[in-house]
Amino acid sequence: MTAVLGAFALFCAANVVAALWRVLRGPTAADRLLAPQLFGTTGIAVLLLLAEALGAPSLRDVAVVLALLALVTAAAFALRVAGSSARGEPEP
Amino acid sequence: MTALDWMALPFLAASAFFFLAGTVGLLRFPDLFTRLHALAKADNLGLGLAVVGLAIRSGSAAVAVKLVLTWLLALVASSTSCHLIARGARREGVEPVRGRR
Repeated sequence: MTAVLGAFALFCAANVVAALWRVLRGPTAADRLLAPQLFGTTGIAVLLLLAEALGAPSLRDVAVVLALLALVTAAAFALRVAGSSARGEPEP
Repeated sequence: MTALDWMALPFLAASAFFFLAGTVGLLRFPDLFTRLHALAKADNLGLGLAVVGLAIRSGSAAVAVKLVLTWLLALVASSTSCHLIARGARREGVEPVRGRR
């Protein structure tokens, strides 16, 4: 079963690599952010699969941190792009 | 392979399918908002089914609860960030694609 779990983890990682094409293509900055967002979710799955396959339970904690960091990334991006609302200016 | 492994396998396979669907959608869909939609499928179902499969296999209630909590946190994080990205893009003037292309 270890090999099967490893194969699933590898498949998920390959998905992230394929999604990097979207970072190259864009066209908007938000489109480029989508691949890191996918990496957040897929990275969690990879870490959970590896925690089971390698018998390393601490990797589950790393997965939780990754979930939080993905949200921080999106929040920082939204503050930069939609900065007007963050500065208290009226909504368009 | 134990019986629990065989029970977990369909869930893991379904999860791999949804991750693949999310990636294909991210690469093929025409605009930002449909791509966000494809991404949410990978977040909700891809990760959710993987968590169900691993929770079945773990054989420990504590580990299963932790896995489900991780998934719930990822759900909240992904829906919040999808909303933030879409709203920010709209304010920047990114328009959804209308009609056929």
